[in-house]
Amino acid sequence: MAEVRVPAERPLSPHLQIYRPMLTMMMSIVHRITGVGNYFGTLILAWWLIAAAGPNSYAKFQWFAGSLIGRLVLFGYTWSVIHHLLGGVRYLIWDTGRGFGPNEREWLAAANLVGSIVLTVLIWIVGFLAMGGQR
Amino acid sequence: MSAASAKHIRTPLARVRGRGAAHSGTEHFWRQRLTAVANIPLTIAALIIIIMLLGRNQAAVAQILGSPLVAIIMLLFVISTTVHMRIGMQVIIEDYVHDDKAKLALIMANTFFCIAVALASVYGILKLSFGL
Repeated sequence: MAEVRVPAERPLSPHLQIYRPMLTMMMSIVHRITGVGNYFGTLILAWWLIAAAGPNSYAKFQWFAGSLIGRLVLFGYTWSVIHHLLGGVRYLIWDTGRGFGPNEREWLAAANLVGSIVLTVLIWIVGFLAMGGQR
Repeated sequence: MSAASAKHIRTPLARVRGRGAAHSGTEHFWRQRLTAVANIPLTIAALIIIIMLLGRNQAAVAQILGSPLVAIIMLLFVISTTVHMRIGMQVIIEDYVHDDKAKLALIMANTFFCIAVALASVYGILKLSFGL
């Protein structure tokens, strides 16, 4: 009755390296990576919101945002947010039990990737137009 | 079988529903989806606000960001996203960090980071709104 039960040595399930890379799998990984990107991107958002209170602090933020590195980081942040947003919609569709068919899931993953790139470029075009050509 | 095995007659599902030692199970799952749904319109609204403010000077940005509707949208955006990202990062930590002490420290650091960045953002918005 009081015997100690030692868990049996069971084989572990195969991990990433054994599978052929698939679009849905890569998109799952990218969803997690963009989540981490958005996590640290909030530091830029907080900086912007606090800097807006004064002309000097805002000038510093604008210098960063206008620099080459700043532009690259902000472009990446925009894509990361959009990709995670569209990916989130995909997961919410899956939560309802729909979209799991072989064609549907591939289509959703492709739409997620293409949509995120197209939307990010569009947002930046609109952004530059909103700035009125101001560099 | 003997009486000793009778307590194991419950199925795993029933034991989960009985909630075991954790007394909870689906809060994170549910809150992650609740904030995910909220984040969709809030992120779109925040992006529109940010695009509207591009190229404006600091005084105009401060005035628009501090106006009631814009400030409330940005506050909701900050709170919903930081709650969402705290759960998401905790899942990542639990998946990849197997050392108990390191895991505990990182989960604490995650909470501290999310609360700090949320409060810093809220402070920034409220400062503009109240003109302090």
